[in-house]
Amino acid sequence: MSSNKVVNIVIAGLGGQGVITASDILADAAFRAGLDVKKSEIHGMSQRGGSVASDVRIGEQVLSPMVPPGEADFLLVLSADQVEPNQHQLKPGGMLIAPEMIDESALQNKRSLNVALLGILSAHLPMVPEAEWIKALKTSLPEKILEVNLQAFALGRGKKSA
Amino acid sequence: MNTTQPQLLSGDEAIALATRDAGVALGTGYPGTPSTEVLERFSELGGHAQWAPNEKVALEVAIGAAFGGARALCTMKHVGLNVAADPLFTVAYTGVSGALVILTADDPGLSSSQNEQDNRHYARAAGVPMLEPSDSQEAYDFLLAAMAISAEYKMPVLLRPTTRVCHSKSIVRPACNLPAPAAAHFVRDVQGRVMIPAYARLAHQRLREKLTRLAAWAETSPLNQILPGDKSLGIITSGISFEHAREAAPQAGILKLGLTWPLPMEKIRRFAESVARCVVIEEGDPVLYESIRAAGIAVEGMPGMYHFGELNVARIRRILAGDVSAEPVPPRGKPPQLCPGCPHRYVFELLQRLDCIVAGDIGCYTLGVLPPFQAMDSCVCMGASIGVGLGLRHVLPEAQARRVVSVVGDSTFIHSGITGVVEMVYNPPPTGHVVIVLDNGTTAMTGLQEHPGTGRSLNHGPAKQVVIEELAKAIGVDRVHVLDPGREPAAFDQLVRESLAATATTLIVARRPCILSAKKIREYEATRAENKQN
Ligand SMILES: Cc1ncc(C[n+]2csc(CCOP(=O)(O)OP(=O)(O)O)c2C)c(N)n1
Ligand code: SF4
Repeated sequence: MSSNKVVNIVIAGLGGQGVITASDILADAAFRAGLDVKKSEIHGMSQRGGSVASDVRIGEQVLSPMVPPGEADFLLVLSADQVEPNQHQLKPGGMLIAPEMIDESALQNKRSLNVALLGILSAHLPMVPEAEWIKALKTSLPEKILEVNLQAFALGRGKKSA
Repeated sequence: MNTTQPQLLSGDEAIALATRDAGVALGTGYPGTPSTEVLERFSELGGHAQWAPNEKVALEVAIGAAFGGARALCTMKHVGLNVAADPLFTVAYTGVSGALVILTADDPGLSSSQNEQDNRHYARAAGVPMLEPSDSQEAYDFLLAAMAISAEYKMPVLLRPTTRVCHSKSIVRPACNLPAPAAAHFVRDVQGRVMIPAYARLAHQRLREKLTRLAAWAETSPLNQILPGDKSLGIITSGISFEHAREAAPQAGILKLGLTWPLPMEKIRRFAESVARCVVIEEGDPVLYESIRAAGIAVEGMPGMYHFGELNVARIRRILAGDVSAEPVPPRGKPPQLCPGCPHRYVFELLQRLDCIVAGDIGCYTLGVLPPFQAMDSCVCMGASIGVGLGLRHVLPEAQARRVVSVVGDSTFIHSGITGVVEMVYNPPPTGHVVIVLDNGTTAMTGLQEHPGTGRSLNHGPAKQVVIEELAKAIGVDRVHVLDPGREPAAFDQLVRESLAATATTLIVARRPCILSAKKIREYEATRAENKQN
């Protein structure tokens, strides 16, 4: 029964930063890899700048779509000031993926920070092959910005050993 | 084309797909988080979907379609059902010929609403069956089941997903090759549909008789399932709470109710008797608990504190442990704000400067209550700004009455502000009144939907436009003005001051597009101009 290990990821940031896009890509990549996946978020439909957080859970069988507080294996944060209000989500020993882990000047477009951070995360999720990530990026992102984002993803993913 | 390929879908997307697959002829509703995406997606999938001016009209249109023998879906958020309650209670009597499913998307925890009312009460009060999905697969399956029940029992059916079901994504395996429903065709049934007292008395009897049959069916329906477990603990639950409960208590036996009205009372009784401890876990009010206890079944409810807000795995662990100690308060995130450059900013800056008493309304502009503006004094329900403003004007001493302004968005004005203006003209307060319509050309709050005032239909194609200022003039408002508060701030300032001083009824349309929608609106207009030329 308990061989069913669920990996919990919380993605947080501010409205307009691409939190939902990032969690959509992650959920889609896991789905393509044949895993059970649920994702859930509370977000407004308009306005800008408020806190946004999205929960993604992947594994053999996922029940609740919400990551219980203090049980996130990964906390991926897009805005430095959102680390503090989301820190409680992370379990002891969980991994914080923060914006300063990416050298912004290496990004062709700063707006692809969300995808660069997903690149870092991807290196820690061996059950989702790289090819599925690429397919998920291709379906979720408009043609115009795909190249920049593939570059951002590769940049983050290359960071594994760092 | 139908498919059995699994898809990763939100609950709303799954409902839209099922609506298409069920052969629904017409989807109608009014936007409201978290229900809005259902009709948008249904339209994208090729379905006939349209926004009504409000939920009452939407339901009436859907009733007409179902009287005509077609299948209809009507969508709204929970508070929308208050607006549509009048037709709801009587269509329960008349029943339908085709099929009618009414989607009420509830919002426990108030992620984007003015209250967290529990619409399960409506199912019981109106005598309408209710289905509650717990994930996207069930959102899909239960829409189909609701249509089937409606078609078979000839009665409307409520489908109640909650925010977490609507906006969570999970894997869906759609059905394939569903039979197409019968074509629409009018068959006269005067006694069945004309609710004069003599006919309505009989219709009430028929409704109760249908519910009795349905309750018998519910006893064995696969919509209500038992997950066997340890005999020491049993949980009765429904909707999203089911997913949380399974995770919080993997060893427990669970009776999961998919059809929550009418209830399968014998099944519940047997389940409760089969376990040493039986706890009812439900998000919102103690609706299941009270019904089950009223039937004389010994079950345990939840401590009062858990009837506020959403449930989750951690809270259910606490409920089962009988823990009523104070819950940890998660750190507050950053609240949303009006976008930089938002047209509403100009209006609230002025109202704050003039120290107005602002009867407000619901939309993006409700954020005018927060700093830096703090220029809103009430917000009750959609359209209430005008009535509340008038009431204040009637009773306040003149110096205060002259500071009262009603502020309402364009979509909200069409939804339920028009009757308020009729009231203003018919019963004007001694000092007159001032209504400002914040016309940003869209329903911004819920994600930029069209409405009758935008001149575009749900799929952004051209439609006849209801012109707010012409409507106000036709109703008989003394002074009607239109201006762009961003382009002419001085003129706007002067106009509002004059209007407050005048003893007259005034309606000012402050027209300036929402900055998020402005670009999209330009695109729609361009396509339209192109199409005209061709
Ligand atoms: C009865 C009811 N239906 C729907 C809603 C959801 N809702 C809240 S505000 C709003 C309309 C907002 O549009 P508008 O008045 O044009 O203001 P804007 O957000 O564009 O500033 C809607 C549909 C609601 N709160 N109540
Ligand atoms: S979405 Fe539009 S109306 Fe809403 S705050 Fe932003 S600019 Fe203003």
